[in-house]
Order: sequence, then C-alpha cells, then structure tokens
Amino acid sequence: MREIDVPQDGGLNQGLKEITYAVAENGRYVVVPSLGWEPKNIANAQAWEVISEDIRTQARRVLEGELSPLAYHLARNLMTAGLAASYVRLPRWRVKRHLKPSVFNRLKPEILQRYADLLGLSLVELKQIPLADVNMLGDEQL
Amino acid sequence: MNNSDMQIPFNHRQSAHCETGVLSNLLAHYGLNVSESMVFGIGSGLFFGYFPFIRLNRLPLTAFRARTGRIMQRAVKRLGVELALEKFRSPEKAMAALDRKLVDAIPVGCRTGAYWLSYFPRRYRFHFNMHNLVVFGKQNGSYRISDPVFPDPVLCPHDDLMKARFARGPMPPKGRMYYVKQVPQQPDLAGAARQGMREVCRTMLRAPGPFLGVKGIRYLAKNVEAWPQKMEAREAALRLGQVIRMQEEIGTGGGGFRFIYAAFLQEAAGLLYDDRLEGFSDRMTEAGDLWREFALIGSRICKQRAGETETYAALAAILRECADRETRLYRDLLEHVQ
Repeated sequence: MREIDVPQDGGLNQGLKEITYAVAENGRYVVVPSLGWEPKNIANAQAWEVISEDIRTQARRVLEGELSPLAYHLARNLMTAGLAASYVRLPRWRVKRHLKPSVFNRLKPEILQRYADLLGLSLVELKQIPLADVNMLGDEQL
Repeated sequence: MNNSDMQIPFNHRQSAHCETGVLSNLLAHYGLNVSESMVFGIGSGLFFGYFPFIRLNRLPLTAFRARTGRIMQRAVKRLGVELALEKFRSPEKAMAALDRKLVDAIPVGCRTGAYWLSYFPRRYRFHFNMHNLVVFGKQNGSYRISDPVFPDPVLCPHDDLMKARFARGPMPPKGRMYYVKQVPQQPDLAGAARQGMREVCRTMLRAPGPFLGVKGIRYLAKNVEAWPQKMEAREAALRLGQVIRMQEEIGTGGGGFRFIYAAFLQEAAGLLYDDRLEGFSDRMTEAGDLWREFALIGSRICKQRAGETETYAALAAILRECADRETRLYRDLLEHVQ
C-alpha cells in the first residue's frame, strides 16, 4: 500500500485514527494514521447489525414474557450465559435457568446483586428493560 | 494511595498492534530503541491459520498473527531482555502490586479485557481478553495509561482497570502484568531478526495439518468457494465479513499484518547490510496488496454490491494467488537467511 493510497474513510471508530503501514514516495515504509477503510467499515457494520438484531430479539421476548430481563441485559453486554456465569461464579446451567421469568422473579437479592454488579445496573434497572431501546434500537445506541 | 498523583516520564507512541507497541515503548523507556515492526519481525509475529472448529461470535476463527503473548515472549528472548511477569488471584493484590511498581518509577505492562476499558469507543468494546497497555502513572484515583492503539495517553478509573485486568471468558488475563528488569547493552538485533525470519518461514511453509500457514490459506480458499453452495447467502456473507474483520481490524497495520512485516524486512535490510531483503520486503508488500484486494471485493459481496465477476470463486482465486506468492516468498527468504 502506498502512502497516498492510505484510506481515510470515517466510520464507526468515531474519529479515532488507527496506525497503518504504507510505502512513501521514496520507497521507505512509514506509519500513517488512517480514519478507516470502507471495506472494513462494511464488515464491522455487519457484525454490529447482528448484535443489534440479537438485542432487539431478546427485548421482544422479554416483553412477551418468554424470557427474564436478564436475557436482554446479557445481550446488551454481548455476554453469553457461559461468560456471565464465570463472572458471577455460578454454574452455567443456573444462569440459563435465570433466563426464565418464573425463576428470575424468585431470585434471592444476593444473587440479583451479583448480576447488578456485573452489568453496572441498580437492582431496579436489572428487573426491567428500557422501553425506548425496544422500539428504536439502532446502531447509534451501541 | 488513591489520591497520590504521580507520573513516570514515559514516551507514548501510537502503534498498529497492542502487543508489539507495548513492548517497543517499554524497551524505549530503558534506552533500547526497537521499532514496533522490528519487535513484530523478531518475535515472528506473521502467521496464518483458519480454524473452522473454533468459533468466535459463532463464526469460524481466522488468525493473521501468532498467538497472543508469543510475539512478546520470543522477541524478549531473542533480544536478551529480562522481563518480569506476574499473575494474581486477588484483584486487590494485583492493583496494590501495580501501585508499588509505579512508586518505584517502573512502567508496567498489563494484559486486559478490552470490554471493561471505558476509554474505548463502544465499537472496540468486545469481550476480547488479549489487549495490552502500559500503566505509567496516577491522577485523582485514575491510572495514566499508554494504550498503543490511541494517539495520546488516556486515563482509566481504578475500578475499570481492575475489572479489565480480571476479565473472564476465553484466555482470562488473571491480572497479568509485566515490566522490564534489564535490557542488554548491545543486543544482537541482526541475529534476532534472522532468527525471527527463519521461524516465520518455517511455520508458514511446514506447520503440520491443513489449517496453518500457506496450506491454511489454501484451505480457506477451498472453504470460501464452497460457502455459497453450503449455506444461505447471509451466513456466507457473515463468515466472509469475519475474515475481513480479522484481516483489517485494528492492530493489523493493514493487509493482515503483511505491511508491518514488509516494514520489518525493509528495516532489517539496513540492519543486516543486506540489499536482497529490500526485494523480499517489496514482495511482501505485494502480498499485502493482494489481501487488501480480497477484502475490497469481499466487502462488496457482503454489501450485495458485487459486480458480475466478483464472486466467492473469484475470492478463492485471490486467496490461492496469495498462497502461491507467499509460498515462493517464504521459500526464497528461508534459503536466504538459512
């Protein structure tokens, strides 16, 4: 890649420039800050679309009473049940059970607190999902 | 401790890749000037692996560089640098140990989970546990951090850094921190560079099994070709997108690390008084350009904007061309530095 060809296509990186290596006019390698490259932006946007879609799906299922709010919060934090389990020091099957509303609603405060600490939420926030998110969850929120 | 402001005079330089940038900056602090690309080359950073059975976000894993930690390990060994490594069980003890080093005016490298680093824009915050940074001071209970990915030093609150150092999931950092104990007066840069090249060539040419090295590139080509028949268009596009992301995502310097390696070969040419390495550097640049071509066409397919000839089969052809060129390059280079 030549120095003059280093792309400067802004995108998801919010103005943060990344270092690329390119060949200058005189044939020597130089480090050049780059705002981003369209093909990479496309691939990144694609990955985030999948994530947003997952968050919307979980939100809908929570609203329909199929899953507990925990399912939404995990999706929002890009966490699987397995990853969350390792943080709250519970076996994975228990975290998976907590995704059921009936089980989640009977959880002891102590367990709820572990989830709240992990996700950076208050106990009240943990037990609900922000309605605004469900209706207009787009990439700008991520 | 929390209210003590202090700062080690540390020269922050932005780099392409966190692991090589951190080591290069740490060494410079002790007067040993080794550029990021030199660290990458000496540590045999260049690699390829396609692992359909290892899933990252439910998609097959593609790797363009050596396993995390390996580059630093090898570079340190080949340069004769003494690096101390510590691991912790308790987050509190890990933070206290870090503070003690700072009081002794020792900049400390830390391995962290990027998800918890609050100074990152949201798009970088994946559960990725292999991000390296240097802590070099404190201010109002926050840590002054030289994060190689950022243009300037950043501040990170105590609790966020603690969470990041004890991130969980695959390859948890477990509070890992490291610092330079001693650098050699006259390191054998030329010898280390040669050693680095030999290992890359050998791995890329001779690593066993179908998933690694140039064989791995051909294996990926075969897979890419089959995707549109084997799965729905969307799933195929997601897999392709993941390869592009691994190749061009932050930290690669572009072209799946091929350009940073070409920069290393060029620098090594001067160091070893060996003009032929310049030629190898040019060829590596061409390989990188070809990888960029792959990403460019691939992204058009992802976005359903591809021209008629821009198909998965065409992508496979580019990958095979990459594999062929790189095979010749590693063979010639290995013979040259043998």
